[in-house]
Amino acid sequence: MKNKYLKIFIIIFFIFSFFIFYYGLKQKDLYTTENSGIQKFPNLTLQDFFTNKQISFEDILIDGNYYLVNIWASWCLPCRDEHIYLTQLKKNSSVKIIGINYKDKKSNAEKFLDEFGNPYEYILNDKDGIASIEIGAYGVPESFILNRQKEIVKKIIGPIDQKKFKKVLKIIKNEN
Amino acid sequence: MKIKIILLVILVLISFSKRSFSNDLKLENKINKNLRCLICQGQSIYDSQSDFAESMKLVVKQKIEAGMSEEDIYSFFKIQYGEWILYDPQFNIKNFALWLLPILIFLAGGIIIIVKFGVLKKR
Repeated sequence: MKNKYLKIFIIIFFIFSFFIFYYGLKQKDLYTTENSGIQKFPNLTLQDFFTNKQISFEDILIDGNYYLVNIWASWCLPCRDEHIYLTQLKKNSSVKIIGINYKDKKSNAEKFLDEFGNPYEYILNDKDGIASIEIGAYGVPESFILNRQKEIVKKIIGPIDQKKFKKVLKIIKNEN
Repeated sequence: MKIKIILLVILVLISFSKRSFSNDLKLENKINKNLRCLICQGQSIYDSQSDFAESMKLVVKQKIEAGMSEEDIYSFFKIQYGEWILYDPQFNIKNFALWLLPILIFLAGGIIIIVKFGVLKKR
């Protein structure tokens, strides 16, 4: 009788363990901050890339239906891949693209813009990376889509590719 | 005499500022050791030298200098990145099993041993 209970217990234990491991293996092991964190985009004041003047986000996040805040750097290879999508997005009048240049040398960043084009309405410098942490960024590149109320509608971790680009267009189209 | 008094005051002031500096540094290191690096996720930002870890260290330093408490700094990072960012997560409904399960297993083991011994004694 005792052996019977023991067998049932062992079987249940193995089935339970199997499902726990199965579930665990299906989960992405890489943590992302995609669905966590702040809702309202913080109003930071940063240095303008071209004029070196201090500009706050409140001054530049005006007159747009949507804003795409993109963290980029010339040393970041995936930023080169996503640049073509930002350039395409620039043609869309519903969205304004703001760049945050993360820990970069100005001369290198300028070369990057000369080579790939400048899709940004404004570029702000984040020389020590503090601003990127204040807005809850996870890496470079990273993009935040904000609505008119400056609320974060979508956070895109990593480079924008074809799939993510379509998602961005859908968000802009749907909420227009 | 006056010079001696001035020197004494200066020395006292220096020792106080050094003490507060070392206290700030201790707190900064403590917080840095409890914050997870965003890039190399198995390391704390104290151990990591990635760009984002360095930026996080600067944010911690800045917040301490602004007079924020340890708890305030943790809650700032928790709002930005979620509970995951802390190496020492707080007890809550989502992780209660993780905290309680080892204790329950330990207790269950103890009960099994006691019952077994009880059975043996009776025999």
